[in-house]
Amino acid sequence: MIIRSPFYFPNVSFRNSFSELERMRQDMDRLMEGYGGRYFMPQTAGVFPLINLTEDKDDYYVRAELPGLKADELNISVTGNNLSITGERKIADRGENVYYHRREREDGTFSRIIALPGEVDANKVDARLKDGILTVHIPKAEKAKPKQIKIK
Amino acid sequence: MMDTSGKELQAKPKTGVTAPAEQTTPGAVFSPAVDIFETEKDINLLAELPGVKSDDLKIDLRDNVLTLSGDVTPLEGPDEKDIFSEYEVGKYYRQFTLSEEIDQNKIEAELKEGVLRLILPKAAKAVPKKITIKTA
Repeated sequence: MIIRSPFYFPNVSFRNSFSELERMRQDMDRLMEGYGGRYFMPQTAGVFPLINLTEDKDDYYVRAELPGLKADELNISVTGNNLSITGERKIADRGENVYYHRREREDGTFSRIIALPGEVDANKVDARLKDGILTVHIPKAEKAKPKQIKIK
Repeated sequence: MMDTSGKELQAKPKTGVTAPAEQTTPGAVFSPAVDIFETEKDINLLAELPGVKSDDLKIDLRDNVLTLSGDVTPLEGPDEKDIFSEYEVGKYYRQFTLSEEIDQNKIEAELKEGVLRLILPKAAKAVPKKITIKTA
């Protein structure tokens, strides 16, 4: 809560406390890097499937590990800047009279929406599923691409 | 409202592996999720190995120890930068000790959609024989 009084200019102290916070955050980042980063759990949204999002100059790439999934069990759609991935993984029935030693693979439904950081060209999205890895290739919208500026 | 057709899949981080020997090559190693079930004739093993191509998968069975190891070539292009990354890409490694005797010549392996299906037929002497009791 900021109490305004004619003798008090909050802006001054405001800016100072922000820069102080920023400096602390940078210090923390540096500390994390010192540990190699890898020892910390990657940040996830905790929603299946786990996703890696990368970009290059013209495109975004969304990747997810979906072993055992067939292309027709997967629904992918783009609305605005949101990519939605839904589907259901089924594990075939093994019949009767089987005795399980391990049962770690899971089946079930999933649904995830990813907000892409920039505008995309929804008409040119393509998705492929290979060796259990889904790759969605999403071209950036023309106006969202970086423009090289020539120095004369 | 609950979906009655099936349960919802939960996101789970991959399980890291402490390899039996120290690694000389860099990179993370993960333990693949498996289903192992046994029927009267064989042992079936299904392992999730997303990203592993059949050439990069090694299956080795000796002295009743089954070893699976798979290499993954990352799909990222050279110019791609991470925006966020929720899973790591790495090798897969897992070992099992089999209690049954396996007929080594009849092992079948199939890698499809990132899932390995290994059928290990039991050796003839390990197949249970049904003994019929004669009634007088």
